[in-house]
Amino acid sequence: MSITDRVIAIIAEQAVLEPSDVTPESTLEDLGIDSLGLVESIFAIEEEFDISVPFNANEPEASDFDISNVAAIITGIEKLVSEKV
Amino acid sequence: MKRVVITGAGTINSLGHSVPDTFEAMREGRCGISELEFRDVERLSIQIGGQVRGFEAEGRFNRQQMSLYDRFTQFTLTAAKEAIDQSGIEFHGELAARSGVVLGTAGGGVSTWDDNYRSVYEDGKNRVHPFVVPKLMNNAAASHVSMEHNLKGPSFTVSTACASSNHAMALAFQMVRSGAAPAMLTGGSESMLCFGGVKAWEGLRVMSKDACRPFSANRNGMVQGEGAGIFVFEEYDRARARGADILCEVVGFAMSSDATDIVMPSKQGAARAMSGALADARLDADQVGYINAHGTGTAANDKTECAAVADVFGPHADDLMISSTKSMHGHLIGGTGAVELLACIMALRDGVIAPTIGYEEPDPECALDVVPNDAREAKVAVALSNAFAFGGLNAVLALKKV
Repeated sequence: MSITDRVIAIIAEQAVLEPSDVTPESTLEDLGIDSLGLVESIFAIEEEFDISVPFNANEPEASDFDISNVAAIITGIEKLVSEKV
Repeated sequence: MKRVVITGAGTINSLGHSVPDTFEAMREGRCGISELEFRDVERLSIQIGGQVRGFEAEGRFNRQQMSLYDRFTQFTLTAAKEAIDQSGIEFHGELAARSGVVLGTAGGGVSTWDDNYRSVYEDGKNRVHPFVVPKLMNNAAASHVSMEHNLKGPSFTVSTACASSNHAMALAFQMVRSGAAPAMLTGGSESMLCFGGVKAWEGLRVMSKDACRPFSANRNGMVQGEGAGIFVFEEYDRARARGADILCEVVGFAMSSDATDIVMPSKQGAARAMSGALADARLDADQVGYINAHGTGTAANDKTECAAVADVFGPHADDLMISSTKSMHGHLIGGTGAVELLACIMALRDGVIAPTIGYEEPDPECALDVVPNDAREAKVAVALSNAFAFGGLNAVLALKKV
């Protein structure tokens, strides 16, 4: 599975949706994922890819990690995975 | 109904090992938060906290006691001794039979759990010390205070996360006010600054890596602390009759439940607790001069708390002072309300308002007088102490100058 498919699978599971219902343009809000759901999704992504995602729930905009939609999240993960030693 | 006064106070926290030291640090706006020191700290992404320094159990407690006292119990006993010594109260006869201990803690003996899990899981040992259970249980501290000071009345421990101490003190207040007990030892303690204790909090992603800056627009989360605050709550006439030094009066309390979310705070729940405490104390909102805020330094708490204060106090919200001393001693979780009650006592008794340190940028969503960075002299007749816990459980105490 590609990174995109794996991230979408995680987000879909969190949103209790089919992966086909999660598009790159979807925002977390569209998918009904709240702040707790986001923190859980990030945890699942970190476990899946063995990476650390720089995300502080107090300042989601301030971190380098863009969560504005699914495509942005996937881009961020791809970057972190490629930087992995 | 009896009047209830505080005749003794004791503490140990990252600002000091006694009430006078803590008051001095609060007056000076000193920060007790620094780099954490304990085993495996390098594996944490959060490495700061309000850790108690220079507190050696050796010498303070004997070998048998050490095998039974987790750090949260050690803190409790140290603070309880200071409170009782200051109060001058002696528990014997009828007074001892009817007085008890109600304390708050969220985690109890967290480092005892941590050390022993490490021993059996990581080190592969198959045997633990026989006193692991009596050492880690949440009521251990309350029980040891009862034994040490001969308190034979109602004693138990309350665990409501970050509101534990306030719930405990509210119950002790009720017992003395109703006449069920002539005096109560109350307050709370926490000692979660160990690898497992911090790792668990890290997971929530609400912790700051650099500082606790409540109400400041650039705040980025909470910082854990540790320690204890213990008080002697005593019936007023009794305290007067024995010539006790009265620190302040406890005049009311309220508890409320948000009944909404397990971690996100609710403005309505917080507001109901504050207005309930005023109603219980038969006070008008405009009599309140100071609020010791819950003020965790998270995005969610601080704006919700300020909105709740604005709702309850209306235009008077702009006249009162509200500060968060967590900026100095960190968030003591279940013990936090007890240490923060000291700031209310200092305001009422000494006319010194503890500041919110680390304040750098105004936040339009927290547009109250948060006593930024420097302590202030002011006459205050009534103070509130707020605690709003995960789980949506709130407890607010109202105190009055005597």
